[in-house]
Amino acid sequence: MCLAVPGKILQIEGEGPLNRIGDVDFGGIHREVNLSYVPEAKVGDWVLIHAGFALQTVDEEEAKKTLEEMERLAEVGGGLGPAELPDDTDDNDSRDGSES
Amino acid sequence: MKHVEEYRDPALVKSLSGQIHRITKHPWTIMEVCGGQTHAIVRYGLDELLPEEITLVHGPGCPVCVTAVSLVDRAVALAQRDEIIFTSFGDMARVPGSTQDLLTVKAAGGDVRTVYSPLDALQIARENPDREVVFFAVGFETTVPTTAMAVEQARSEGIGNFSLLVAHVLVPPAMETLLASPNNRVQGFLAAGHVCTVTGYADYEPVADRFKVPVIVTGFEPADILKGILDAVNMLERGEFGVANAYGRAVRREGNPHAWRMVQHVFEVCDRDWRGIGTFPNSGLALRGEYAAFDAEQKFKLDIGVTKENETCISGLVLQGAKKPPECPAFGTLCTPETPLGATMVSSEGACAAYYNHRKRVAG
Repeated sequence: MCLAVPGKILQIEGEGPLNRIGDVDFGGIHREVNLSYVPEAKVGDWVLIHAGFALQTVDEEEAKKTLEEMERLAEVGGGLGPAELPDDTDDNDSRDGSES
Repeated sequence: MKHVEEYRDPALVKSLSGQIHRITKHPWTIMEVCGGQTHAIVRYGLDELLPEEITLVHGPGCPVCVTAVSLVDRAVALAQRDEIIFTSFGDMARVPGSTQDLLTVKAAGGDVRTVYSPLDALQIARENPDREVVFFAVGFETTVPTTAMAVEQARSEGIGNFSLLVAHVLVPPAMETLLASPNNRVQGFLAAGHVCTVTGYADYEPVADRFKVPVIVTGFEPADILKGILDAVNMLERGEFGVANAYGRAVRREGNPHAWRMVQHVFEVCDRDWRGIGTFPNSGLALRGEYAAFDAEQKFKLDIGVTKENETCISGLVLQGAKKPPECPAFGTLCTPETPLGATMVSSEGACAAYYNHRKRVAG
């Protein structure tokens, strides 16, 4: 019930405070979605869809910032992958000496 | 798929889990509230990527799982009535009531229809003016705006054959009750991202401050969840608390005021019984007085008899994070998605279903 999917508004088909309807594409399927809760959303915008409604516009600037921050962490950390992570039972410190 | 695939990138997942390993110096217990997050964690094995010091505890954020048995019994009673077309989200169809579930009623000839949206249920009402249509309004704050709109459309069009069986629940009161419990071990929360999309997260700030816990608004893809955990551990290691938003692309602090205004117009807060857990005060929503005509419980006189819960089922403990599904003696044996003892084994957000589908098949 918490699951919502991002979709792109292809067309706005009707306006009205209760019945703003759009044709939205999500992952190749497109469907009629009630856009009344995103009155400012326009064609080409991405929205989060749940149970036939757009609940929010996807903030593309924020999405970019989040990905950049996550990628920056990779550079900072040197990106240890699970295969390289020390065994939990290992006594040897392989990083900065403060792990148990 | 944009806004999804990028957050499933294995390289990103590796680097985030590496970073968590790097900063974790002490043991921490973190709860992810939402069942959708539990599913992602179990499905992608995210818990196995974490250092041993971090314990992830699964929370009660599965609205299908926490819908009271008495409400399921009411749904069954309504669905058995000839004049009623009973509609609900697909997940609710196989949730066990005291004696049966909605699918059994359907098999016996009841008109039970699963729908994707409450608007579909309203459309059924428009197309069947001689029948009564009831929609099982299950869901957290993410879903409430959708049922509120269906009711508002019905009212504005003068549709008289549509009503809701309301089962809506609210997250913050449940979090507060868990934190206030003397047995609480949870030190940080991953808040349900899509609930916060609707409500915003200002309401979590006093909770975080009072209990001195980090509350990180978190999404649902692997990288989102690991980022939420990373942010929580960062705060915990530094002795900090408060609310932070790790799901900025979908969540603003003020939420969606259009959606929440509609919710407040149609619903008001009430106490709610959470299946397997107990009553959390002010943790539910009920239709406001002027919408009484849309309340199925007021519209139809129901006699549901004695409510009973399966004695072997430990869903309540699973939902509070006290037990993991494989610790249940019935897991995978007496209790499977085909023969569930409780709701957590049938819901798409239920922890037991997550473990059954993605992990070991038997208890132990």
